[in-house]
Amino acid sequence: MGTKRTIELEVATSGVDAQGKATRVPLGVADQTGVGILTDREEPALGGDHMLVNIGPQHPATHGVLRLVVELDGEVVVRVIPHIGYLHSGFEKLGEYRYYNQIVPLTDRMDYLAPMSNNVCLALAVEKLMGIEITERCKVLRVIACELSRIISHLVWLGTTSIDLGAFTPFLWCFQERERVYNLQEMWTGARLTTSLTRVGGLMADIPDGFTEGVREFCATLPKTMDETDRLLTRNGIWCARMQDIGILTAEEAINYSLSGPMLRASGVPYDVRKDRPYLDYETYDFEVPIGEKGDVYDRYLCRFEEMRQSVRILQQALDRLPDGPINVDDSRVSLPPKSEAMNDMEAMIFHFKQVMEGIEAPVGEAYMPIEGPKGELGYYFVSDGTAKPVRFRVRPPAFINLAALPKMAEGHLLSDLIAINASVDIVMGEVDR
Amino acid sequence: MTPELKGFVLLSLIKIVVVFSVMMVGVMMVIWMERRVSAWKQDRLGPNRVGPQGLLQSVADGIKNFAKEDVIPEQANKLLFVVAPALSFIPAMLTFAVIPVAAPLPVDFDFTVPILGQFVHSGPMPMMIADLPIGMLFIVAVGSLSVYGIVLAGWSSANKYSLLGGLRASAQMVSYEVALGFSFVGVLMLAGNVTLPEIVAHQQDSVWFVFALTLGFILFFVSNLAETNRLPFDLPETESELVTGFHTEYSSMKFAMFFMAEYTHIITGSALVATLFLGGWDIPFTSWDSGDPTVLKSLLTLAFFAMKTLFFIYVFIWIRWTLPRFRFDQLMQLGWKFMLPVLLAYILILGATVLVLDSIGWSSGLPYGAALFVMNAVLVYIVFFILDNNRLLLGRTHRKVGT
Repeated sequence: MGTKRTIELEVATSGVDAQGKATRVPLGVADQTGVGILTDREEPALGGDHMLVNIGPQHPATHGVLRLVVELDGEVVVRVIPHIGYLHSGFEKLGEYRYYNQIVPLTDRMDYLAPMSNNVCLALAVEKLMGIEITERCKVLRVIACELSRIISHLVWLGTTSIDLGAFTPFLWCFQERERVYNLQEMWTGARLTTSLTRVGGLMADIPDGFTEGVREFCATLPKTMDETDRLLTRNGIWCARMQDIGILTAEEAINYSLSGPMLRASGVPYDVRKDRPYLDYETYDFEVPIGEKGDVYDRYLCRFEEMRQSVRILQQALDRLPDGPINVDDSRVSLPPKSEAMNDMEAMIFHFKQVMEGIEAPVGEAYMPIEGPKGELGYYFVSDGTAKPVRFRVRPPAFINLAALPKMAEGHLLSDLIAINASVDIVMGEVDR
Repeated sequence: MTPELKGFVLLSLIKIVVVFSVMMVGVMMVIWMERRVSAWKQDRLGPNRVGPQGLLQSVADGIKNFAKEDVIPEQANKLLFVVAPALSFIPAMLTFAVIPVAAPLPVDFDFTVPILGQFVHSGPMPMMIADLPIGMLFIVAVGSLSVYGIVLAGWSSANKYSLLGGLRASAQMVSYEVALGFSFVGVLMLAGNVTLPEIVAHQQDSVWFVFALTLGFILFFVSNLAETNRLPFDLPETESELVTGFHTEYSSMKFAMFFMAEYTHIITGSALVATLFLGGWDIPFTSWDSGDPTVLKSLLTLAFFAMKTLFFIYVFIWIRWTLPRFRFDQLMQLGWKFMLPVLLAYILILGATVLVLDSIGWSSGLPYGAALFVMNAVLVYIVFFILDNNRLLLGRTHRKVGT
């Protein structure tokens, strides 16, 4: 009979030892004879060994290039180790070599499922650093951008979750709705995915003709699609059985893991940045924050589903109140003067030149600006030494921090549940790896 | 060989060739149908470029698969790896041999061929390849063979995903084999025979078994879904967990064989449900079709049989694109803890009911069927709305989020 073997694999580097070499954590159960060494080559007895399965970085259910090393006892997950970094692009370091407005394209590529809310968060953080007060119209337009982002991000989550659990049809319904928002984004910014919408002190462009009508039409079609998906999934016996009582996190655990967004609210903690630390006048909008009871996968599903409906409410209110006026602050040192002026007016041309060539200088100081991104509290942090480039640029990525709770939630469940739990975290690897 | 035996062999050969060709074309059509129906459900177009309405898409895919490189992993057990696709494909085809597809066809011939000698056949020819006296038992025996293809494919690939898929497949198919076996016991009890022509004849005399054995019908259909490894029972595949499970490592025509096996399973499964519970080739509301065999009768009954089969194929596709999939333990629970006890109790109750009906002199005809239907309706209500406690039908415990 085979003894329990230790499977030596460099699967987890828990730290470095005194010599600076990475310490290895062996997987599997160690026997008395030694750790990390295959003492015998005999066939393992049936039911004796655990199996290591490598899920990702190319795998249909890891939502990008997440790699999970899973130790399985039969089909029961004994241990999960997420490996990240396959999409690392060094955005935070790159940002330190760029003017503030030049960082905007980098933010598109972080949470590429909701680029506009990242753009907005960056602009708000820089404006906080510089003490700029943006115009009313800009505020409302940014709210529209944020809520559209939230909806498309949640639509992708809903679609991919249903695929992970085997229901293919809602995926395409969700993506069809998402396509409408992409058309709107294209209309507004010229790009479907990498919007680069905001600039410090305003937006890159005002909304074009027909945009508000397009958003209103979307607000009419989205609830219909959601009702259809709701009828197909929410009360479906298999769907409920796959989601309920899976991956439970209590409120205390969720707070200890520093979770945010729907992950935190599903556990019953009513924390929403839009309500608790309002920005962009969110306190004047009438919407509700859905709260779960048990903190399982099903609660996260219900919370995100309800959030989409609430976002539609916010969108409608924003469209109703959209004021006329300028979108950029009236400060030639911050926002570019109109092109026509820059070509005819000497002073405007100088401001244009200086902004493009030298950037916008920020006062010495630091600023952290959190917004309620689709996946949780999305924060941008800048330290300025008085020049036009930040000396330190740091992002609080909600998906990265939420992902840290995955092993806690998944261990002890089945392999199929791991997929469902991973889907419920709603990660986007661009943001996790940055 | 006597001339009669030679005639029989000749006819059997013709039938085998015809059925095989029709099945192959049918598989292609069902693949096309699945893609178009799923596209329709998902607001897409689906394949519509190759041939009229995309009908030749499967031909194009077949050519593509033939032209592709056939990869055999280095670590794989080569023999089993190569045999496995055939092992899963053949049982699916064999099942169709005992299913009667139409009313018997009158065939009379008497001719002599040089060297081969005289061929004689007279009287009606059953519209099935082999009228085996063991009928249903043959189907069960052959059907349970198809698990070998999947298990061996999963094991011989030397891939962990495939191994898990193969293990799941074996557990699932063995469990649902039991449920499948018990779910048509009711049919055998009412028909009093295991050959499929007799089962069809009995349904012509009384009522279709879908009315007399509603609960059995539902459970048979569910087990059939599980046997074909399709959603919501596609655990051996689970694209999102095991990366298509047992056939992860397969490519080219070997992969296509698994694909074809699945669709052949759908066709035979649907044909079987139609035969056992929807009266086979019986044309409803008339007894014209059960009289003396004519060519017209054979053709018309064949059309009706095809329609019934198509209906069930559609239901297969419909379910595939609507439901999420079960988890492995939930699947086992459904099989062993729900379907099996229910079926055992059902057989007991059915036997008692038939005994009571027999003792008051009803053994066929409308009142007999009506009585059984009422009994079944009550049982279906009890099973799905009381025993199951609304879990399967209305969701376990549906919650709402507060604010």
